[in-house]
Amino acid sequence: MKMVNLTIDGCQVEVPLGSTVLEAAQKIGIEIPTLCYEKDLSLATACRMCVVEVEGNKKNLPAACAQPVMEGMIVHTNTPKVREARRMILELMVANHPLDCLTCEANGRCKLQQYCYEYGVKESSFTGERRRFTVDDGNPFIERDLEKCILCGLCVRVCDEVQGVAAIDYSDRGFDTKVTTFMDRGLADSPCVSCGQCVYLCPVGALTAKPSKGKGRDFEVEKVPTTCGYCGVGCQLALNVKKDKIVGVTNLPDNHNQGYLCVKGRFGYDFVDSPERLTTPLIKRDGEFVEASWDEALDLVAQKMAKVRDEHGPDAIAGLSSARTTNEENYLFQKFFRAVIGTNNIDHCARL
Amino acid sequence: MELVRAHILVCGGTGCTSSGSKAVQEALHRELKKQGLDKEVKIVETGCHGFCEQGPLVIVYPEGTFYCQVQVEDIPELVEEHLLKGRILQRLLFTEPLTQERVPHYKEIDFYRKQRRLVLRNCGYIDPEKIDEYIARDGYVALAKVLGEMTPEDVIEEIKASGLRGRGGAGFPTGLKWGFAAQAPGEKKYVVCNADEGDPGAFMDRSILEGDPHCVLEGMLIGAYAIGSDEGYIYARAEYPLAIKRLKIALAQARELGLMGDNILGTDFCFDLHIKEGAGAFVCGEETALMASIEGQRGMPRSRPPFPANSGLWGKPTNINNVETWANVANIIRNGAKWYGQFGTEKSKGTKVFALTGKVKNTGLVEVPMGIPMREIIYEIGDGILGDKKFKAVQIGGPSGGCLSEGQLDLAVDYESLGSAGAIMGSGGLVVMDEETCMVDVAKFFLDFTRAESCGKCTPCREGIQRMREMLQDFSEGKGSLEDLDKLERLAQTIKDTALCGLGQTAPNPVLTTLRYFRDEYEAHIRDKRCPAGVCRALLTYYIVPELCRGCTACARVCPTGAITGKVKEPHVIDPEKCIKCGACMEACRFDSIILK
Repeated sequence: MKMVNLTIDGCQVEVPLGSTVLEAAQKIGIEIPTLCYEKDLSLATACRMCVVEVEGNKKNLPAACAQPVMEGMIVHTNTPKVREARRMILELMVANHPLDCLTCEANGRCKLQQYCYEYGVKESSFTGERRRFTVDDGNPFIERDLEKCILCGLCVRVCDEVQGVAAIDYSDRGFDTKVTTFMDRGLADSPCVSCGQCVYLCPVGALTAKPSKGKGRDFEVEKVPTTCGYCGVGCQLALNVKKDKIVGVTNLPDNHNQGYLCVKGRFGYDFVDSPERLTTPLIKRDGEFVEASWDEALDLVAQKMAKVRDEHGPDAIAGLSSARTTNEENYLFQKFFRAVIGTNNIDHCARL
Repeated sequence: MELVRAHILVCGGTGCTSSGSKAVQEALHRELKKQGLDKEVKIVETGCHGFCEQGPLVIVYPEGTFYCQVQVEDIPELVEEHLLKGRILQRLLFTEPLTQERVPHYKEIDFYRKQRRLVLRNCGYIDPEKIDEYIARDGYVALAKVLGEMTPEDVIEEIKASGLRGRGGAGFPTGLKWGFAAQAPGEKKYVVCNADEGDPGAFMDRSILEGDPHCVLEGMLIGAYAIGSDEGYIYARAEYPLAIKRLKIALAQARELGLMGDNILGTDFCFDLHIKEGAGAFVCGEETALMASIEGQRGMPRSRPPFPANSGLWGKPTNINNVETWANVANIIRNGAKWYGQFGTEKSKGTKVFALTGKVKNTGLVEVPMGIPMREIIYEIGDGILGDKKFKAVQIGGPSGGCLSEGQLDLAVDYESLGSAGAIMGSGGLVVMDEETCMVDVAKFFLDFTRAESCGKCTPCREGIQRMREMLQDFSEGKGSLEDLDKLERLAQTIKDTALCGLGQTAPNPVLTTLRYFRDEYEAHIRDKRCPAGVCRALLTYYIVPELCRGCTACARVCPTGAITGKVKEPHVIDPEKCIKCGACMEACRFDSIILK
């Protein structure tokens, strides 16, 4: 692989040809602010927060996320000119963004808030027209507040490029540009599968997980890594726990599922604290379910299965296994049916 | 081929068509038939002659007599005088405003004398719907030369040597661009013609496509041969139906003659073209947005690099040039790079077509050698300012360009000089403004355009243009402070530095150049609450001149707020506190006694 040497903020770095300035900077721990960049997605180069100064380029300030490295390139990421440009961009965003951080779900994890803090943007010096939208809350899991949207396009790209659904895209032009669904009908009436990838990537509070609303900010929750219990894929995720209650889910990237989840993994945790959850086995006696011990229940099942097998033969029994169990449990289940019961009538819900 | 004793060329360009040239043409047909001349005299509908101001235009050959503003009622006399009696019909000739002389031949008119029509050489001369007429004017000779005598490398070298630069605005050397696409690895390559001309008031490319479509096709064929492409696209605005129609006709005719398609002129070279109609977005003139649009995506630009030469249409190496650039190619190949080098300056070779509009006496399409002083275009070709008012500014390069003041009148019109003055060559819009034009208002106009046409992708363009526009609105109403001018300048500079594509990077140019050359005018709005040109309505007051007022009460009766008082037959007075500046009184006054000041 051909390597390229360049200097960023006085530090030498060697990266493969074809890398970007942003990647080279990340390699040596130089942080460049980004709002629309995500390494697994295509480049948008839309937010322009990552602009840097490249010596010899008098024309403009190129975006680090898209600027390819070149041999001998000298890059400055934190000059007064760069900081002034970033400040101005933040001011432009803030001029069109509600400053309701006090009640915003994204408070504490909002990148716009973080950068405004770093660049000292308290409020915008630009006053004037603001984009006005009504909140789209038709979807049971995802709420869209387009007034907070900064049009980074991460949601559009992740929906199309990772989830393959493309439920949302841009409409209108210029100042009126917005991310919308087909014919502006709202998420509930779109092909959206509520995977929530968009919610996770949204750098601001434009997309929120409805089940988590008001239940705890990012900095209040403990993030407990675990394996999703819904299917055999075994996605890794972190449960957001506040006062021993699960209040949300956070992606855990750098795993086999790259952090991405489906609707069940991301939003289907409310059963954990459901009062209707079974805590003991139940046996039906005289038409009523009655609490029983595990020994009682297992004895009853064993007895009834043996009876069916003895009277009607092993093929009178079939087993259907659940995708919520682990591979090992599924293996044992089929082994039990084949070796103990003596039938091949065994199947699994994921195959249906 | 039929032989006739005279040809009557009737302009069928959009300008003349809208001033009635179709009816003139029909009247000519009727009259010729009536006089029994229809076998002897042939009527040809041509493309644009450029002198749209004087349309409908009719030229009679072999004499080359130039008749202007010809109406249907003039036809019987024209046919009788010119074609039956052999006398020039004096009253329809162009009158030189300065000398009041009638000029029979168009080459002698000042408007044409300073022009060098290389790209437009066939426009207004041939029937654009007949390939035979193009071929009769040495059409497709350059293609034959390329396929017969030149290697692709030779062609690229010739274009490089000619010094031709992109006519879309940025002026990138065309030969170099072709070289990149030729060297890019890949079997499949595309050539694209950018015919998405969108600058307000610009119609250079439209006139070429309407008047001489084959010269664009020939240029693209030569370019395709040079870079090794077998497929091309012409991306044309859907708002140019006549251009699209003529392109389609030209394409069909070229295919029929074996000049387009497989094994062109019996060689191994194969090439064909698609015409893709745009859907009305200005930003699709930006090459990456244009390609996205051809691919069926939303027309949004993407970051460059990678440049289209390496990764263009569907990720394949692609060479994009605009209409005028392609239209130069056949001329260069046919006559050689050395011939081409005699026109223009050292770094800006050849000619440039401009759409000369605004407050100038002669408006129309002009083609001038690069390096010509701006003053000559405005005062010799354009014949000076309309109504002999004072020149104030010239806006060059459309919404991406800048406004130049009187101090820049002697600036040479070439890429470098215009760039150093803060403007750009652009695709060829040239709007002349007189002393009654307010520069704050002009900047507002262009920002209205770019605000509506921004694709909305990047923050500086989407949000920044809106804020610049709002600040200008405040200034035009006398609001804001002098510090706001610096803030506006800083914002404009940030947008220029950080926007994603050419549209955003150049959108602040009208603001930056007006601030640079007309700052005093901005200051007058803010500090003195005064619009020196008398344009910004919020800063003007309606006033009744007592000496002119007859006391007819007409104004008082139409005033919706009761701001006008006065007795019958006595001068009336407007109360500026009550006046909402609707202008109804001014319209109602029959004695011109109400003025704005």
